[in-house]
Amino acid sequence: MESAAIQIQNLNFQYAENSGVVFKDFNLHIAAGERFGLLGPNGAGKTTLMNLMTGVLQAKSGSIKLLGKEISEDKDVKKLFGFAPQHHSFYQELSPTENLEFFGAWAGLNKKKIKERTKELLEVLGLSHVADKPVSKFSGGMKNRVNLAIGVVHRPQILFLDEPTTGVDVQTRHAIVDYLKELNKAGTTLIYTSHHLTEAESLCTKVALIDEGKIIAQNDLQTLLEEHKQDGLEGLFLNLTGRSYRDS
Amino acid sequence: MYKLYTAILKELRIMLRDKAALAVMFLMPVLLVVVITSIQNSSLKMINDNTVPMLVCNRDGGESSLQFIDALKKIGMFDLQKADSSITDKQLTDSMHAKDALIAVVVPQGFSSALKSKSQNITGKALTEFGMAVNTPQDSSSVKETPPVSMFYNPVLQESFRLSVNGALKSAQQFTENRAVLQALYQAMSNKKLPDSLEQQILNNKSSIDQIPTAKDGSRKIPNATQHNVPAWTIFAMFFIVVSLSTNVVKEKISGSFIRLKTLPTSFILNLAAKQITYIVVTLAQVLVIFSLGIFLFPHIALPKLVLPENLGSLFLVSLACGWCAVSYGVLIGVYAKSMEQAIGFGAVSVVILAAIGGIVVPSFAMPESLHLLMKISPLHWCMEAYNTLFLENGYVKNVLISLLPIFVIIVAMQLAAILGLKKQRLI
Repeated sequence: MESAAIQIQNLNFQYAENSGVVFKDFNLHIAAGERFGLLGPNGAGKTTLMNLMTGVLQAKSGSIKLLGKEISEDKDVKKLFGFAPQHHSFYQELSPTENLEFFGAWAGLNKKKIKERTKELLEVLGLSHVADKPVSKFSGGMKNRVNLAIGVVHRPQILFLDEPTTGVDVQTRHAIVDYLKELNKAGTTLIYTSHHLTEAESLCTKVALIDEGKIIAQNDLQTLLEEHKQDGLEGLFLNLTGRSYRDS
Repeated sequence: MYKLYTAILKELRIMLRDKAALAVMFLMPVLLVVVITSIQNSSLKMINDNTVPMLVCNRDGGESSLQFIDALKKIGMFDLQKADSSITDKQLTDSMHAKDALIAVVVPQGFSSALKSKSQNITGKALTEFGMAVNTPQDSSSVKETPPVSMFYNPVLQESFRLSVNGALKSAQQFTENRAVLQALYQAMSNKKLPDSLEQQILNNKSSIDQIPTAKDGSRKIPNATQHNVPAWTIFAMFFIVVSLSTNVVKEKISGSFIRLKTLPTSFILNLAAKQITYIVVTLAQVLVIFSLGIFLFPHIALPKLVLPENLGSLFLVSLACGWCAVSYGVLIGVYAKSMEQAIGFGAVSVVILAAIGGIVVPSFAMPESLHLLMKISPLHWCMEAYNTLFLENGYVKNVLISLLPIFVIIVAMQLAAILGLKKQRLI
C-alpha cells in the first residue's frame, strides 16, 4: 500500500448526544500526492469530514491520522496541512499582506519567510496590485484567492479545500484550478470538496462519493466511470445518489 | 513571541480602522467628562460661591422681623428680594416662578410681638432666679407662641441644599431671638437701651469653624468636581470598551477566521492574550487622554484643573489594574455572548448599571444602605475607591492595596470563567 496522507479508521461522530449520527465506523484512505475529491449531495457529510480531518471538530471515537500522526493527539500535525474553508476565513479589515503576515506567523513561519511567501503568492494569484488594500473591498473571486493564499502560505504537505471556487467567475476558477495542479505537482496532497463536478473532473485524480455519512463509491475517476457505465461525473453522481432533493 | 507580536499588530490594525469604535472609546468619554464636570461644577458653584435668589414676604413689619431679615442677609447665602406684604401664598409662589426664585420666606403677622412677649418672659424668669425681679413674671401659658416662619421651595431643590437653607433660617431666627432676649434683659437690669457696640460684641463673638479636608499624606487639597469626575468617567470609559472588545471576540468566534485559527498550530489563548494586551494599552491611552484634558483643557474652559496625585507610580498601577479588570470583563462577555447584538446590548447596559451602583454617577457615601452590598460586587466601585485614595487623599501604594486586592480577585474570577467558557464551547 502506498504511503497514506490521510488514514481514517472506525470514525464515529455526531454533533450532539440527541442529534443523528453523522459518521459510524467510517474508514477512508487517501494516498500521499493524490488530488482527492470528496463529492456528495448537500448534507452528505463532506464539510463535517473536512472539519474532523483538520481538527476543527473532535471525533467521538476512532482514529484520524495525517501523514501517520494522530490529529487529536499530536499538536505538530497542524504544521503539516493547510486549510481553505468554504467561507472566507480571514480578517476582512486587513489587507492580503497583513492577513498573510498574521496567519503565516501563526502557522509557524518567521518574518523573512512570510515576506518571501507573501510576495510569491500574491504574484501567482494575481493579487499584487491590491496587496495593501483591505480585503473587505474585494470581489468574491479575489477573496477566494486570498483564502487560498492563506491556506498555503506555509507550504503544507496536505491541503484541504472546501469548495474553493464557490461564487467565482470562470477566469478565477481556472486560475485557482491551475494553481492547485501546480501545488500538487510540487508534492502537496489535495483533499477537495465541491458541487462543481466539471471542475472536480478536471482537477481530481481520485474521487470518493459520500452520501449520508457513508462512502458509496471510491476509486480513480476513469475506473469509476467505466464501472458504472457513465461518460461523465455528473451522470455517475446522479446514478449513485439519485435525483431527489437533498435539503439539509 | 513573534506570534504574539503579529496578533497584537492585527488587533491594533482592526481597531484603528474601526472609526466608530474609536469614537466610542475616546470621543464619548471626553464629551462625558467635560459635560458632567461642567454641570457639577456649576451646581457646586451655585451652592458655594453664588447667592440664591430668595423672596421675602414680611407680613409682620415689626422690629424683630426686620432684624430677622437683616440676619438672613448677613448669612450671605441669599439674594433677598422683597415681596409685597399683602400678597397671598398663591401669589407668592407665582412670583417665585416669575422671578426665578427657588425659595420664598414668609414672616408671619405677630412675629415681632410674640418674640417680644417671649423675650420679656425669659427676662422676667431670669431676674426672678437672680432675686432681682421688679415685676412678677408672666404666667408661661399667657406667653404667645412665636408663629412659624414659612419656607416655600421649588421641588427641584436638592434635599441637602434645602436642609442647609433650613439651617440658615433657624440660625437667623435664633440670632433674632437671642438679640431680643439680650435687649430685654439689659433694659430690665439697667433701664437703658443696650448700646449697639456692646450688642455687636456679645452677639458676634462666635468662635469660628475651620474646615479641613483630610489626606493620607497630611496635605490639605480641597476636592472639587474635577478631582471626582475625571477619574470617575475615565473608569466608565475603560469599562465601556467591553462593547468593542466583546463584539471583537464574538465576531472572531462566529466568523470563518476562527475556524482557520483552530487549524493552526497555535493556541487560541494566545489570541485572547494579544487582545487583552492591546485593549489594556487602549485603556491606558484613555487615561492619558482624559487626564491630559483635565490638566490642560479644563483651566481654559473655566473648570478646576486636575491635580495629579504625587505618587505617579501608584497612579499607573491603579490605572493598569482598572484597565485589566475592564478588559477581563470584555473578554468574559465576548466568550459567553452568542451574537454581536447580545454582546453590545448586555455589555453596554451592564456597564451603566455597574457604574451606577459602583459610585461613578453618585458618590458611594450617598448611595442608599440597601445598595451597599451590591456596590461591593461592582468592579467599578473598587476602581473608584482606588482612584479616590490617590486623588482625594493623596495615598500611597499601601493605601490603595485594600482596593486593588478586590480588583485582582475579580480579574482572576473573570479570567477563569472565560477559560471555562472557552473549554465548554471547545474553543480551546
